[in-house]
Amino acid sequence: MTSLHHQKDEKANKKESPDLKGTFISVMMLGLFILASWFGVYALFVIR
Amino acid sequence: MINEKLGLSKQETKLSMAYIYVAFIALLIGGLMGLLQTLVRSGTFTLPWGIDYYQVLTVHGVILGLVLTTFFIIGFQFTLINKTIGLTVKQRKISWVGFWVMLVGTVMSSITILLGKASVLYTFYAPLKAHPAFYIGLALVIIGSWVACFVNFRQMFLWRKYHKNEKSPLLAFMVVINMLLWFIATLGVASTVLIQFIPWSLGYADTINILVSRTLFWYFGHPLVYFWLLPAYMAWYAIIPKIIGGKIFSDSLARLAFVLFLMFSIPVGFHHQLTEPGIDPMWKFIQVVLTFMVIIPSLLTAFSMFATFEITGRKKGFQGIFGWVKHLPWKDVRFFAPMVGMLAFIPAGTGGIINASHQLNAVVHNTIWVTGHFHLTVATTVILTFFGISYWLIPALTGRKLTAEINKLGIIQTIIWTIGMTIMSGSMHIAGLFGAPRRSAYSTYGGTEQASEWIGYQYSQAIGGSILFIGIILMVYIFIKLAFFAPKGIEEFPIAEEEPDAEPTPKFLENWKLWIGLTIALILFAYTIPFIEIIQHSPPGSPPFAWPIGNN
Amino acid sequence: MHLHKYEKIWLMFGVGSLVVFLLVIGIGAFYKGTHPQSQMTTIDPQNVEANEAFKQENLGLTKVDENKYILNVVASAFNYDLGVDEEGAQVKSIRVPKGSTVLFHVTSKDVVHGFELAGTNVNMMVEPGYVSSYETVMEKPGEYTLVCNEYCGTGHHLMYATVEVYE
Repeated sequence: MTSLHHQKDEKANKKESPDLKGTFISVMMLGLFILASWFGVYALFVIR
Repeated sequence: MINEKLGLSKQETKLSMAYIYVAFIALLIGGLMGLLQTLVRSGTFTLPWGIDYYQVLTVHGVILGLVLTTFFIIGFQFTLINKTIGLTVKQRKISWVGFWVMLVGTVMSSITILLGKASVLYTFYAPLKAHPAFYIGLALVIIGSWVACFVNFRQMFLWRKYHKNEKSPLLAFMVVINMLLWFIATLGVASTVLIQFIPWSLGYADTINILVSRTLFWYFGHPLVYFWLLPAYMAWYAIIPKIIGGKIFSDSLARLAFVLFLMFSIPVGFHHQLTEPGIDPMWKFIQVVLTFMVIIPSLLTAFSMFATFEITGRKKGFQGIFGWVKHLPWKDVRFFAPMVGMLAFIPAGTGGIINASHQLNAVVHNTIWVTGHFHLTVATTVILTFFGISYWLIPALTGRKLTAEINKLGIIQTIIWTIGMTIMSGSMHIAGLFGAPRRSAYSTYGGTEQASEWIGYQYSQAIGGSILFIGIILMVYIFIKLAFFAPKGIEEFPIAEEEPDAEPTPKFLENWKLWIGLTIALILFAYTIPFIEIIQHSPPGSPPFAWPIGNN
Repeated sequence: MHLHKYEKIWLMFGVGSLVVFLLVIGIGAFYKGTHPQSQMTTIDPQNVEANEAFKQENLGLTKVDENKYILNVVASAFNYDLGVDEEGAQVKSIRVPKGSTVLFHVTSKDVVHGFELAGTNVNMMVEPGYVSSYETVMEKPGEYTLVCNEYCGTGHHLMYATVEVYE
């Protein structure tokens, strides 16, 4: 039982996840841009 | 021989090119209008021969926002779907009927606008009344486009019949999703034009229900922008990876994104009506929530795009966190133009989120910020991607080759466009936050200090607009070269493939009945009750008003 | 469908941000009442005077209490009717003291207009058959341009007035 489970795990790990650090940083910067812009206009609304 | 390699017959290429010729003629006319507008609004130029500013503005919106887009998209989509799942002779003949109906409609509406009888802008809001031929022309354009829809649906239906349990080619899948989106959406504008505007403008109906007409228009008006955006996404997901020497990041996620667009692009029209009276604010908010759902497939797309670039770059040996950026073929205009479009979508989409944010809309509604926004979305993201597609599509369809010289011109064109648009759209966004109105000819508004500030930004809009016009001329020149003068040869038709060991796509993504069913259910949920309320609480309707637009 | 771990984090962050936005605007709208203008009152556009607020004598600025005003406006192509002053001349400019609460009531006699007080959150569509209304506190002194920001015809850009908030 345990060895079968172990084999399946190994197979999943063999097909490695690609290194996407650059992608991650890029999308997070995009996310921060969205947050900053949105709260900027929100601030304008609240002030007016 | 060229056509064999291309996988499209000469007749099929003629069909696609017919649409694309119309698109580029529209680009030239519409672009010239835009230049004139920015010059008038700078206060330094008056239109000759008694031409009214709002007539020019109507041409600009109709010809660029409705004609250029629809024609290019249908031409491009026909190419994609015919190449991947085939077109029969009978289907091809029917498609031509669709083209001619669309063209006749376009010419009809255009004549009324040029004669000054339809200065109603591309949204043609009631109770401003145009000449009936304007509305009839529009109806023909829509009906002509439905012919293309039904051909595409039939193509997919037959392919699925002969390929049971197989997943459809990605580009064919995407085209059919977009045409489903278009068909369901245009039912709204077709209803208001056929049932309300045409009889009313002909004098058979005394009054028109304004809020109903606006609600039906915006039921169409929002998915319209996704009809524009999705073909750009088709190129990003399934063409660009081939151009950069990579593979599709995830076939499943691409299909999932498109399915989400189908479901959430339509039940959201109220976010264009947030400051209107007569609509229950609770239903406005519900449609705002649904609008936020449609942001998600774009968030997915952002990740897929960056991931495609990074994986391809790393496979080619470019290391470091951002080493893959250097690997990208920046000097290849088939990549460069769409890539600039992708980057433009960052501020473009962000602006869209702000616009839809319920009460925040009051900060920007009907200001020139909105104009700045859609010049980033459709006039940069979408159009630069379409330009980028043209560099290989037009040679492929006409049996020619993209030369290094045209490629270089294309890079320059893209840079000119970027500079012009940054200046123009940037000024529009800022002026809009200061309250400058959109859709307005030159005015000092009684000499207020606020107005003089707006005029300052209108100078920069004119500078940006003039630079953009140079970009338009250059692109039309490039088009003529590509279509008629480029050397004959075989241009690669880049269609991306999946990785050989790609994860299989879940079958549920191909469950058309499920997705169409959910789409309809969401529309019924979002619109039924508020629409019935609008009808039940309607005030007296409005008679036609032709004198405000210069007619009697 | 397998998602890369970074994609999972991105989506959680992205969707989470959208939820935050919706909560902020939702609480503002439903709890603090800052919905965008959504007046449901209907009116006959060919007889706006049937509604008390739009009788000729009620147009323009009316003080209802200390620091509380109502501004009744009839929009038409291409003019905002703000009533007449003591001499019978058309009012083109409104003056209110800083800190006043102003309730705007606007309707149209003909086509769709906009009603935007530039630099404030007063920004509404004015549609024949409906009354548009919005209440705001005019905190900041200055000259505010009232513009029509929805296309209403050849004179659209000549449709304006001013509101002055004085110390």
